Amino acid sequence: MPRVLLIEDDEAVREGLSLALTYQGHTVDAVRTGEEGLELLANAAPDVVVLDLMLPGVDGFEVCRRIRASGDLPIIMLTARNDDIDVVAGLEAGADDYVAKPAQPRVLEARIRAVLRRATGSVTEVVAERHGDLTIDRDGLVVSRHGRPVALAPTELRLLLELSSSPGRVMSRQQLLQSVWDQGYLGDSRLVDACVQRLRSKIEDDPAAPRYVQTVRGFGYRFGPL
Amino acid sequence: MTLRLRLLLAFGFLSIVTAVAVAGAGYVRARDAIVQRAQDTAVVEITNRVEELYPLSPRPPTTAVLERIAGRVSGRTDAAIAYGNGQSAGSMSPEMITPELRALVESGRVGWQRVAHGDSVWLVVGMQLRITPTEPSGIEVYVVRPFTSESEFVSELAFNAWLIGSAGLLLALALGFLAARGVLRPVRALQLAAWKLGQGDLTARVPVRGRDELASVATTFNSTASSLEHHVGQLRRMEADARRFVADVSHELRTPLAAMTAVTDVLDAETAALPGVAGQAARLVNRETQNLTRLVNDLIEVTRFDSGTAALAPDDVDVAEVVLSCLRLRGYLTKVTASLPSGIRARLDPRRLDVIVANLVGNALRHGAPPVHVTLSVADGHVVIRVADSGEGLPDEVLPHVFARFYKADSARGRSEGSGLGLAIAWENARLHGGTLDAANRPEGGAVFTLRLPLGGEL
Repeated sequence: MPRVLLIEDDEAVREGLSLALTYQGHTVDAVRTGEEGLELLANAAPDVVVLDLMLPGVDGFEVCRRIRASGDLPIIMLTARNDDIDVVAGLEAGADDYVAKPAQPRVLEARIRAVLRRATGSVTEVVAERHGDLTIDRDGLVVSRHGRPVALAPTELRLLLELSSSPGRVMSRQQLLQSVWDQGYLGDSRLVDACVQRLRSKIEDDPAAPRYVQTVRGFGYRFGPL
Repeated sequence: MTLRLRLLLAFGFLSIVTAVAVAGAGYVRARDAIVQRAQDTAVVEITNRVEELYPLSPRPPTTAVLERIAGRVSGRTDAAIAYGNGQSAGSMSPEMITPELRALVESGRVGWQRVAHGDSVWLVVGMQLRITPTEPSGIEVYVVRPFTSESEFVSELAFNAWLIGSAGLLLALALGFLAARGVLRPVRALQLAAWKLGQGDLTARVPVRGRDELASVATTFNSTASSLEHHVGQLRRMEADARRFVADVSHELRTPLAAMTAVTDVLDAETAALPGVAGQAARLVNRETQNLTRLVNDLIEVTRFDSGTAALAPDDVDVAEVVLSCLRLRGYLTKVTASLPSGIRARLDPRRLDVIVANLVGNALRHGAPPVHVTLSVADGHVVIRVADSGEGLPDEVLPHVFARFYKADSARGRSEGSGLGLAIAWENARLHGGTLDAANRPEGGAVFTLRLPLGGEL
C-alpha cells in the first residue's frame, strides 16, 4: 500500500487522519510543520503528500512549490476553509488535487487513489507518437520536446495522455475530471484549468497562443489539430 | 414651473412695469411739452402776422385781396390760403384743412391741428380776420407750416424710451438670472446631496455658505446626514461583528470536527463488533458528528456569502446532465419525475447548481408530497428549472420567509433533517449566478420553486 506523508499542524486532525489512513492500510508519516515534511521527504520516499495549507513557518503553498520543484510527487492539499483563493493559489503552486476540511476519510482515500493511479500504457503499436515538436512515449511515460524530456507532474502527464489519445476531439472539463481526476461532474473544473495552465507552460512555445492544448470556448479542451 | 423660470418672469414683469412707468411717463410729458410749445409759438407768430394786416377794408374782398392776405400771412417758410366772399386764394392746398378745423374757425375761434400729409407732419392754423376787434370780416385764413423737426424730435424721444426700456429689461433679466443662480446653486447642491444620501452614500454633505435660510437648511441636512451615518455605521459594525462571530465559531468548530470526521469511518466499521449499548452509543456519535459537520459546512458556506468571498467556478455544461447527475447521485431518480431536454448548454458553476437542485428536491421530498416533478426549459436567455410537489403547498404567511435562515414553517417541528440553511444557500447560489429563485403555490395545489439562471457567456 502507498506511503503517505501527512503535513498537518493541528494535533487532533493529524492524529485522526493518521488513524483513518492507517486503518485503510496506508503507511503514514505524519509531521507538524512544512520544514519537517520537506526534511522527511528525502528519507521516507512517500508516494503521495497530503498537505495542509495553513501551516506555521513555511506555509503550505511554499511547501507545495518546493516539492513540485524537486520532483513529480503527487500532492493533495487540505484546505481548511474551502476558500476559493486558497484553492486557486494551491493549484497554481502545483497541487494535483484538494480536499476541503472536514474531510471524509473515504473522500481523501479516493483522491489519493486517483492521483496515484498510474497512467495506463497504450495499446497502440507505436512506441513514441510525434505531434509537431512533441514526442509522447505512452509506454515509458516520457514526454519530450525538441528531443529533450519534459518534467511533468503526474496529473499533468495524465491530462496530456488523455487529450492526445484522440487528437482533434473536444473533451469537456467534466469528462477530463472523470478520466484524469476520477471525479464525476461534481469535481472542481478549476482543477482542469489550473492543470492546463501548468501543462501549457511546459510544452507550449507560447502558452498564450497554445498549439497543443487548445481551448474550445463553450465546450472544453482539445489536443491540436496541429 | 421651475423656480428659475418663476424668478425670471417676476424680474421681467417688474422691469417692464418700471420701464413703462418711467420711460412712458417721461416720454408723454416731454412730447406734450414740445408739441405744445411749438404750437403756441406758431399760433402766436401767425396771429401777429394777421394782426399786422389790420385794419381791413370793410368791402367784400376780391381775389387779389385774398391773394395779398395769404401772401402776407404765409411769411417766408409757410404756405397760406385765404377764404372770403365765396372765393379763395393762396399757395396752400385746401385738402389739408379738415372739416373739424373748419367748423372750429367758422365758430370764430383760433384753431390749429396737426395733419399728416404726404410723408410729413404739418401744423395747420386757421382764424377769422376782423375789421375791428369785434366785427368779423368774413375772411378766413389758414396757414400751414412743416412740423417735421418737432415730430422727428418726438420720435427720437420715443425711440430713446424704447431703447432704455429694453436695456432695462435685459439688465433685469440678467440680474434675475444671477439671482436665480445664486439661490438655485445651493438648492441644487442640496438636491444632489439628498440624492446621493438616498443612493446609500452616507458621506454626502453640502457646503454651507453665508448665513441665510438656505445655509441653515444645509446645516440641518448635514447634521441629519451625520447622525444617519453614525447610526448606520454602528448598525453595520454590530452586524459585521455578529457575522464575524458566526464565521469564527464555524471555523473553530471545523478543526475538532475534522479530527472527529476523520475517524468516523473507523468507528463505523468497528461498531458492529461493539456489544449492545456501546455500539448504539458509538453509532449515535457517528451520526450526529455527520449532522454537525453538515451544519458547520452550511454555516461556513453562508458566512462566505455574507462576506462576499463566495465565488463562481463557471464551466460550460449541459444543464440536463448536471441535474440528472445530481438526482442520480442522491438516489432521487426513483422518487421524482423529471423532464430534462438535453442540449441546453449554459455557462454556470455545476457544483453550485448541484447544491441548488439537491436542496430544492430534498426540500420537496421532505416537506411536500409526491409526485415531485423537475422540469428544465429555456426562456428569455435564462435556464429555468422548476421543482414542483403535490403537497398542501406553502401557507401564505410562510411564503415570504421560505428562504430565511433556520426558518421553520412549523414551529412545533423540532430539528429537521436538513441544517435549516438549505433553501437559504440555494437562494444565495442563485443570486451569485445573477439569477433568481422564487417560491409559489401551484393553482392545482402544491408548492413550486422556480430557479432562473442566465445562460451566461459573460461569466
